[in-house]
Amino acid sequence: MFIAAMVGVLVTMLLALVAAVRGPTVYDRILAVNMFGTKTVLLIAVAGFLAGRPEFLDLALVYALVNFIGTIAVLKFARFGSLGRDDHRGLL
Amino acid sequence: MESASWIFLVAGAGFCVIGGIGLLRMPDFYARTHAAGVTDTMGAGLVLLGLMLQAPTALIGVKLVIILGFLWLVGPTAGHALFKAAYADGVEVHEGPDIASQVAAAMADVEDEPSPEPEDGDAVPD
Repeated sequence: MFIAAMVGVLVTMLLALVAAVRGPTVYDRILAVNMFGTKTVLLIAVAGFLAGRPEFLDLALVYALVNFIGTIAVLKFARFGSLGRDDHRGLL
Repeated sequence: MESASWIFLVAGAGFCVIGGIGLLRMPDFYARTHAAGVTDTMGAGLVLLGLMLQAPTALIGVKLVIILGFLWLVGPTAGHALFKAAYADGVEVHEGPDIASQVAAAMADVEDEPSPEPEDGDAVPD
């Protein structure tokens, strides 16, 4: 049954990749990549249990942290064209 | 406990797949944000809850709780940031069918035509 959950998560990751390639605006792509990252966390957690090594959860936690920061960073870059500017005029 | 865990895992995977399909099929960006939010909250929540029920040690369970709490904090936050950025950038909102005006027009038609054949009176020669 870990296999079933893993297959479901993998199918979702595939759909998110298709959406990321297809998305008409840059925000659709960021949304799909963010969802892909969240599903990576789930995939690593389930894979750890499937392999009998739940220590993989540390990796999943790190992926969750990095995914959020990455999403916000890419969002800021797409909005301002730079990560170094400090005028946030009404965003984030 | 085992069967409850399996149910949670399969339900979570189902929510994930449904959210992925919604991400591809929803008409505009804002609706797609909703589809992604379903996988971030219900899908991840159910899968991690199913894993929690099978955690061999307490530390593993605590780590799962931490991951789940972080995902539940961060998913809506990232979704809100995306939504606001897209709205500030002027991503267009999909205008669906105007249900209210359609209903109003249908009601007006019903009130205007009490008899089913109002035009036959002129056509019949007397």
